[in-house]
Amino acid sequence: MAELAAEAVRVPAGVRHTSLQKFMRRRSTIAFAMTLPLIVLIVALVIYPAFYSMYLATLNKSMQRFVGLGNFEFLFRRATFWMVVKQSCIFAISAVFFKALIGFFVAHFVHTIPTKGQRKWRGMLMVPWVIPTAISTIGWFWLFDPSYSAFNWLLGKFGVDPVPWLGHPLWARFSVILVNVWYGAPFFMIMYLAALKSVPEQLYEAAAIDGANWFQRLWYITLPMMRNIIAITVLFSLIVTFANFDIVRILTAGGPVDQTHVFATWAFLLGIQGNDIPLGAAVSLFMLPILGVSAIFILRGVRRRTIEA
Amino acid sequence: MAQSRLSRRKLLRTTALGAAAVVAAPYVRGAHAAGRLSIGFWDHWVPGANDTLTKLCQEWGEKEKVDLQIDYITSQGNKNLITIAAEHQARSGHDIIQMPTWEPLDKADALEPVDDIMQKIIAENGAASEAAQYLGKSRGKWVAVPATNGSQVKPPVARISLFKQHVGWDPTTAYPADGTNEELAEKWDWNMFLAAAEKCHKAGFPFGVGLGQTTDSVDWVGAVFASFGAQLVNEKGDITVKSDETRQVLDWFKKLVPFLPNDVFAYDDASNNKWLVAGKGALIMNPPSAWSVAKRDNPEVAKDCWHFATPRGPKGRYSPGLPYYWAIWSFSPNKSAAKSLLVHLSKLSSIEKMVAASNGYDIPAYAKALDFPTWREVGPPKGTVYHYPPRGKQIVSLAAAPAPPKIAAQIYTQATMTKMVAKCTQGGQSIDQAIAWAADELEGFMRT
Repeated sequence: MAELAAEAVRVPAGVRHTSLQKFMRRRSTIAFAMTLPLIVLIVALVIYPAFYSMYLATLNKSMQRFVGLGNFEFLFRRATFWMVVKQSCIFAISAVFFKALIGFFVAHFVHTIPTKGQRKWRGMLMVPWVIPTAISTIGWFWLFDPSYSAFNWLLGKFGVDPVPWLGHPLWARFSVILVNVWYGAPFFMIMYLAALKSVPEQLYEAAAIDGANWFQRLWYITLPMMRNIIAITVLFSLIVTFANFDIVRILTAGGPVDQTHVFATWAFLLGIQGNDIPLGAAVSLFMLPILGVSAIFILRGVRRRTIEA
Repeated sequence: MAQSRLSRRKLLRTTALGAAAVVAAPYVRGAHAAGRLSIGFWDHWVPGANDTLTKLCQEWGEKEKVDLQIDYITSQGNKNLITIAAEHQARSGHDIIQMPTWEPLDKADALEPVDDIMQKIIAENGAASEAAQYLGKSRGKWVAVPATNGSQVKPPVARISLFKQHVGWDPTTAYPADGTNEELAEKWDWNMFLAAAEKCHKAGFPFGVGLGQTTDSVDWVGAVFASFGAQLVNEKGDITVKSDETRQVLDWFKKLVPFLPNDVFAYDDASNNKWLVAGKGALIMNPPSAWSVAKRDNPEVAKDCWHFATPRGPKGRYSPGLPYYWAIWSFSPNKSAAKSLLVHLSKLSSIEKMVAASNGYDIPAYAKALDFPTWREVGPPKGTVYHYPPRGKQIVSLAAAPAPPKIAAQIYTQATMTKMVAKCTQGGQSIDQAIAWAADELEGFMRT
């Protein structure tokens, strides 16, 4: 024992130091250390709550008894639940479609502006996206306000009857989608603009020599070159829009007659306001398979195109 | 080895001297010696009412050396309900939180019993009203203290000139500031309300009564249901929505809705107030907050407003009530200070100040606190709120009663009654379809 201790003492201190230094200098170690704060955040704020909500979704209302998939079975028998599923799909798909469409065209317009003046246009067009949604949505609420709607005041000037922006199911759906599109289109615009700038100019020159018109250039050069960015932006936006809460909550709180509820607002109504946390958790978890399946399809397409390229 | 300079004997001596010094030292009481207390009060609609409440709390805080943190939480967008629900789930938050209607019973498991202080308060103030007892007691024990600030009813507030001109009925004659003209008041029932709504709609001043999902809408619709005898769930917890009374009341709403503004289904608690203050309508169902705001923002409208009794239905005259409570969370670390503050706020002198500051909006729960001069004197027009507190044969209606509290809280929060009305009017469904939908929803509320 005493000999071993003596051996340990004899080992030069610098050798141990060097191995530690080597370990610390490994690229994988540095990468791990640098991403550790993010990993901790994701574990604490995403993974743990996700698993905890899965656990909650298996409990009864008073959270004292395990009911397995009983909450889901209960939900599937409710007409309101299927109405919320339908509304969430209408809301997310239509909002993402219009955001993508408007973002695409606006990006093209901005792309044609000379570089010198482009920055201020980019800045101005990003304003809806950078204002906190809660604040901008309150502004929209005042524009739609039942008694003092500024839109209705303007319409009144042209002799048009007031529109129940938030009081009729169809108008209320239109209003929440409109605000979501207004808020989200700049994100698409900036992503598309970045993609447009990375398309090599030579391709357009070659197409011009071949006599391609603007539509052919768009169809055969621009769109294929932007496909991956479009797919990833659509996926990201679809996830965020499906999980939207603030716009619907502030504008309509799910009304009238639950007809603008999306998963998040209905889960909140049942779970927090209705004091039925397990049922609320079950509603919010229902988004998971929908988003999971769409993510698999979209990312598979991106990967395939990357390999082909 | 270096020796410690502190010997065992020295240590014992120092400790004993220190302990003696602490015991013998005079008690110096700091500014906040009794700790901190955080309170979440309901944010009053009447301008200036919060200031009086803050002042009352500060007086107590200075006397008792307690540091106070007061938050005023609006009921706009049900923010108060959300805060209560979040604090209940998190078992963390304010020490005292102000709760409306069904919340104390729904959250009774997380509240500190207040039977001890309620005995003292009742001994001083007289008995609490039946409605206050019904919603404030769980298994015979008080779980929250009836609050003065915010406790309200929602009777009609009408424009006197518009009613005289277009309805041919003067609310100031039927309900003068010193009594009631029984003959004229007897005619004031829901059928007359319907006829008045039609006339005012034709004249371009529709009634601004909400059919949305917040308390103003739920409370007045609940009172109409009660006065027709329509119950969604009875006191035993049985679903009783499929009844002739429910069909009758929904049929009445089908007749009313065409005479209302087309966006009443999106009304929140501010919408009807704005409607009246802007001079757009002839009547809303509301406490005197709309009139109080009109005094500031549109004095001509304020001078023309009169509060009077709710119309009578086949089963009686029900006034839409919304009692508030001050509740102490069981997780509060400073319960004794919280109880002391609530006793201070429940003194008759404090209650009178709150009633005066709210222009008579706040309706105390106690027998000895219902005859303050405010209701007779405030104006203009003088006596406008004399009939605001329920007088005569009026019954205070609690929307969703008599369902058991856990179910009633769901009916109230999810606005089941106003949704039924919306389904069979704007939604184009038949009355039976709306009832079937409600029965399905109510079955869901029975979950345990």
